[in-house]
Amino acid sequence: MNTHKYYFLFVFVLLMFSCSENNNDNSSSSDNYNRQALLDNLVSNIIIPAYDNHMLHLNDLQSHINTFNSEKTISNLQLIRSSFIDSYLAWQHIEMFNIGYAEEIFYVRKMNIYPTNTITIENNIQDQVYDLDNDPYQYSAQGYPAIDYMIFGLDDGDEAILEKYLLDSTNETYTNYLNDLIIKMVVNSQSVIEYWSSNNSNFTNSTGNTASSSLNMLVNDFVYYYEKGLRANKIGIPAGYWSGLLPQNVEAVYKQDISKALAMEALTACQNFFLGRHFESSDTVGEGLYDYLAYLDDTNYSDSQMFIGLEDDIVDAFDNSMEKLELLNDNFITQINTDNLKMLEAFDAIQVGVVRLKTNMMSILGISVDYFDADGD
Amino acid sequence: MQMVTKFICFREKIFSYFTDEIEPYQLSFYRIGFGLLVMFSLIRFSSNGWIESLYINPSFHFSYFGFSWVKPIGIYTYLIFLICFAAALFVTIGYKYRLSIIILFLSFTYIELMDKTTYLNHYYLVSCISFLMIFLPCSNFFSIDSTNLQKNIPRWTVDSLKVMIIIVYVYAGLAKINTDWLIEAQPLKIWLKSKYHIPLIGETFLQNSYVHYLFSWGGMLYDTFIAFFLLNKRTRLLAFFMVIIFHVMTRVLFPPIGIFPYVMIFSCIIFFDNAVHKKIINKISDLFQFNISHNFKSYFIKKHRFHNLGIYIVGIFLFFQILFPLRSKLYPGELLWTEQGYRFSWRVMLIEKTGYTTFKVVDQKNGNFERIINSEYLTNFQEKQMSFQPDMIHEFAQFLGDSYKEKGYSNIAVFAESYVTLNGRPSKQFIDPNFNLYKEKNSLKHKKWIIPSNYDIKKLL
Repeated sequence: MNTHKYYFLFVFVLLMFSCSENNNDNSSSSDNYNRQALLDNLVSNIIIPAYDNHMLHLNDLQSHINTFNSEKTISNLQLIRSSFIDSYLAWQHIEMFNIGYAEEIFYVRKMNIYPTNTITIENNIQDQVYDLDNDPYQYSAQGYPAIDYMIFGLDDGDEAILEKYLLDSTNETYTNYLNDLIIKMVVNSQSVIEYWSSNNSNFTNSTGNTASSSLNMLVNDFVYYYEKGLRANKIGIPAGYWSGLLPQNVEAVYKQDISKALAMEALTACQNFFLGRHFESSDTVGEGLYDYLAYLDDTNYSDSQMFIGLEDDIVDAFDNSMEKLELLNDNFITQINTDNLKMLEAFDAIQVGVVRLKTNMMSILGISVDYFDADGD
Repeated sequence: MQMVTKFICFREKIFSYFTDEIEPYQLSFYRIGFGLLVMFSLIRFSSNGWIESLYINPSFHFSYFGFSWVKPIGIYTYLIFLICFAAALFVTIGYKYRLSIIILFLSFTYIELMDKTTYLNHYYLVSCISFLMIFLPCSNFFSIDSTNLQKNIPRWTVDSLKVMIIIVYVYAGLAKINTDWLIEAQPLKIWLKSKYHIPLIGETFLQNSYVHYLFSWGGMLYDTFIAFFLLNKRTRLLAFFMVIIFHVMTRVLFPPIGIFPYVMIFSCIIFFDNAVHKKIINKISDLFQFNISHNFKSYFIKKHRFHNLGIYIVGIFLFFQILFPLRSKLYPGELLWTEQGYRFSWRVMLIEKTGYTTFKVVDQKNGNFERIINSEYLTNFQEKQMSFQPDMIHEFAQFLGDSYKEKGYSNIAVFAESYVTLNGRPSKQFIDPNFNLYKEKNSLKHKKWIIPSNYDIKKLL
């Protein structure tokens, strides 16, 4: 065989290669998945409505606090309490979106670090000098857990709590602090909402697959929240999964009988996000990660035994977790002190979801992870 | 009688091969390019902040078996990089070549041994080549301290580098002959589908199933055979063209692959003969207006010290390079799952593996236990790598046990709860959760505590 034949062979292979590339541009077998539609649905039908809903409840809470401030009665305190619970439940739907401006101002930390630091709170009330915006030590002295303390935990019994607010009628230190807390929460929430409404189109148009692309950030935050915010903070840590029992670390420790409701709401929020279920009408299910995985499933693996129904496996994990949560006492502290095994079973059920999300889903989505930077081969 | 003549003839041939000499252009050119690449790679490494984030910041480092004494040395780690850079610079310009290349080999290898987390095949390749170059007369020409006018070098020295490159390619190709790669087109299917953000081809071309197969089969055929087309003079130029296309493509599709494509493209130039190298060097000299007529140095002055010894060491080293990747055959179980004998074998971009691994330290005397939050000891990168590699899981478990001993635990047991997904399969339990990893000594023996995958992956190697 002479030289020319070799070259011929090579050129032929190259031609085949380039031809197939050209042919393909006209064919329909391309990436039909519309990631922008996915982002649109997540932002317009879940994130923004959830933020708006939270804002409404937070405004309610603020107006009830104002009412209470002008007329300090037990019944007005009860009004604060009921709107606090509603608002705290609404919060469970937005904590996972720690993105953009929220991340910049440490919004999630300012809203929901528990257990709250009551010593810092009492010092703040006494000294009346504190910087809730920029001082990291103050993150755990504000937000929902701080309000929880201020309206349920200042003392034993409603009368005694009311007494704290009435006691210091000249300086009104307690009233002022409660007021400052709600003002910060409202202002911060308002600015995060503004970020979303002004960045909506930027966000949904960023359809790439880099660490700063929208879907990557959302998915990374979602998985992080499911593992840390939901599994560890709400269940694992108080139930002593890592070390000893820490019942005092449950969410809303001063109104302990809502701890289960908060956890269930958070799990519902995670499931809705995964499915793409609209916030305002739970009957409507739009594009979600479920659909994206199903798409990858069908196109990639339909003729393969390797990968079957990950999207349904994840939904199963959510369902099983919910079943286990339902078995628990409304008050997690009671549950931990009487039958902690059930708490750990709920933890295990949630853990199954964590494994599927963190290993399989991340692997299949091929999402570049945002938290490290190095070469690989 | 004929046999004897044949044998003598054969002996003659061997002897004449090892005494055969050629012009020194190839090796000198290789020396310059190699030095520049190492310098570039070190600059890139440090400007990305990786010295700090990979070696200085982490409090714990994963070691290779037998090399646990090789650790970063705090802020002085920069000094090692600086020494390595200086050595690479001296190698490039050809100043005190032999000493410089020894220092380059030692410092670069030290850096690679500091933490297993950062293992990369091409770093290993740089170590291998720099070791080889210790015994090759790469500074006979075009180096600043060459004075004498003796220009020729033994032919085998150039060929040894070629053999190294051939080993890399062929093993990389043979490793791809497995059913996951060829029949399922995995992991390329997962990876290419996620490259939808690449302009023009991302959302269309790369999404096609046939493209995944084309790349899988093409990659396997390329790796297995390209070296032989480079050896053949008639196909060399086109083969080199393919080398460039292939490696540039991997750079575009898989940016984290780093400097690997450049190392390979550059290394393949060695396959061109001296005439080509001479032309390139002359061009460069014209460009910088060097006077190269006096730039020859005696190889034979040092020949008696290095020449014969060099043949044996290089021979043994290359033989070792052929055997070492086959060690995975000594272990039972699925190689892609257990990764026993996986490293140092030119298995490049072969698996998509993700794990989730947590630990529980138990004081068996009183039953106290603590579960570990990995991020308190490991960086995100270390945690990610540890989570699916059994030897790292074991090493971290050992470390945890030791630290709890210091905290006053006695009769310590460390258990791992680990789940791993391989090439898109559903994740499953990876490590026996009831096995006390702290009790198990560090060794190269088969790790019985890895739960068998029972995957039916047929493979050549």
